[in-house]
Amino acid sequence: MNKNIIDKVWESHIVKKTQGHPAILAIDFCLLHEVTSAQAFDTLRNKGLSVYDTQSLLATVDHSIPTRKNRHEIFDESAKAQVQKLRDNTKEFNVPFYDMDSSHQGIVHVVGPELGITQPGMTIVCGDSHTATHGAFGAIAFGIGTSTVGHVFASGCLLMDKPKTMQVDFNGKFQPGVSAKDAIMKLIAEIGIGGANGHIIEYTGDAVESMSMESRMTLCNMSIECGAVAGLCAPDKTTYGYIKGRKYAPKKQWDKAVTYWESLKSEEGCSYDKTINININNLEPMVSWGTNPQQAIEIDQAIPNNQDDMSNNALDYVKLSINQPIKNTHLDWAFVGSCTNGRIEDMRITAAILKNRQVAEHITFYVVPGSEQVMAQAESEGLIDIINASGAEFRMPGCSMCLGMNDDKVPEGSRCISSTNRNFVGRQGTGSITHLASPATVAASAIAGKIVSPINYFNKTGEVL
Amino acid sequence: MNTIKQINGMAIPMNMTDIDTDIIIPAQYLTSTSQKGYGKHAFTRLKTDPDFVLNQNKYQGAPILITGSNFGCGSSREHAVWAIKELGIQAIIAESFADIFTNNAKKNGLLLIKQNKETIAKLMQQAESDELIINIDIESQILKTHEINSAFHIETFFKHCLINGLDELDYLMSNINLISSYKKQQENKTIFLNS
Ligand code: SF4
Repeated sequence: MNKNIIDKVWESHIVKKTQGHPAILAIDFCLLHEVTSAQAFDTLRNKGLSVYDTQSLLATVDHSIPTRKNRHEIFDESAKAQVQKLRDNTKEFNVPFYDMDSSHQGIVHVVGPELGITQPGMTIVCGDSHTATHGAFGAIAFGIGTSTVGHVFASGCLLMDKPKTMQVDFNGKFQPGVSAKDAIMKLIAEIGIGGANGHIIEYTGDAVESMSMESRMTLCNMSIECGAVAGLCAPDKTTYGYIKGRKYAPKKQWDKAVTYWESLKSEEGCSYDKTINININNLEPMVSWGTNPQQAIEIDQAIPNNQDDMSNNALDYVKLSINQPIKNTHLDWAFVGSCTNGRIEDMRITAAILKNRQVAEHITFYVVPGSEQVMAQAESEGLIDIINASGAEFRMPGCSMCLGMNDDKVPEGSRCISSTNRNFVGRQGTGSITHLASPATVAASAIAGKIVSPINYFNKTGEVL
Repeated sequence: MNTIKQINGMAIPMNMTDIDTDIIIPAQYLTSTSQKGYGKHAFTRLKTDPDFVLNQNKYQGAPILITGSNFGCGSSREHAVWAIKELGIQAIIAESFADIFTNNAKKNGLLLIKQNKETIAKLMQQAESDELIINIDIESQILKTHEINSAFHIETFFKHCLINGLDELDYLMSNINLISSYKKQQENKTIFLNS
């Protein structure tokens, strides 16, 4: 039978499969951060086990650290202890660790690809649900809980049943100002937050093929928001071009690696358990209106009258009503950053829109790079100055306002337009209201002080005016 | 791990769908590095509503939770499972569960039972109108109330682990030689890190 890429990568990682038992699946790389690793190291200690292979692990700090200039000083005592614990654990177990100012600290899902660790055909895990980001390279990458992190530490493997497969085909051409973020938000709005439960998605179609690696990462990143175990894109020249020359990239074995990677592509006539087609030719920028990522609409639409409890509760919380247009909703905060949209491409589009313009007086706008590398690149391209000159604030790398567990929080009752991935109740801070959107939509809205479309900022060829 | 064969006790009706991990345990409580201390913050945002089911005295320590579809969606934080277990909950009955939450539950001996919409509706209605005692027998895979007698699915391996108090990690480690030889074989064939 003709195989798809998911089957191929999965099968090549089965160490053992016996009737009635989940498969022992080999894991090639495990990324770790401060929030979900401490208890896994404890498991090793309690059981007297060591790390199976320290070279297949890499740690950094991202979630609970401050993003102010003097970020070394962590005021929250338990966050401080958590970061210190990771330092101690990585030292004790000899795990490579990128700490602040190491030039590679950042959000795990931004750092892994940057270092060339994320490669086609691998299995990659992390105690973090947005691990699917790495799928952009043709890897099966997924989030695991802390106990499973412990299993991977000790054995280099985990136990798992094979998920089902799903193809999501994006065809067509984005109109200028519309991007991968809008495409993935459209998918989630269509199939719902549980729409891909139990499946690994392969994203296919000419729209995906023409995307940069950064955009593919944005696409795969939000796979979990429709419940998928993972999401991936087949590797191609764009993928190889991104990997080549990076720290962990193959060097002597480059040609051999590429030959292998080429063999991973889904074969003509292969099948999936489910297929979804989405044409993006007429897609408008997407904005979420409610309290989960499925509650999202195109920016010119009005909030639908769903008449279900979930929608009614959401509307109560976000203080909006049915049939109300989402456009022109008054904002207090804006945020560009996170593992969804905190890469260099996102900094570039944000800066291009902010250039020679001013953020509305009443808006606080944080722009937070996904990593120290992104920050260095933004600096060398002059983006930081442009962003700061607009009245936005360019900060140090980390998860920042994506999840309200460090100093960066949207205040109670305030409304934020955000390039992140979750608009759950209180996600950006207790009582905060989140509208998910692309970096372009966030930047345009920050200037207007209310939700607006970024489309007018672009000319026909996609350049920012 | 403890062996678990039966779970008996009062059911808590939490009549909502898509309860996400940020609702179960908000991120601001995740800075601890231990496995304990999350129970007191469980569902904290819902607890601000005085009518929220877990604010009622009679449900304190009740071992079974009944809820709607897609329970546990969102993040991979195992803290969500630890928080729920600390409340004394040993089993959750729902229409469906998110994947990572399901995996995390298994690692902690928290039993997740899927039932169809009609059964959930019936259980919910009974639990909401009167105190409902549910008896869950893992060996026979049957859940019972005074009116309902319903079978449930449980994976063979997980059942084996629950009933015998076994740990997945022990199973993995018993295969460590097989794992090592497999991994050696893959190097420079499918894995090219730094090569
Ligand atoms: S940026 Fe947000 S979603 Fe991404 S890893 Fe950090 S907290 Fe999680």
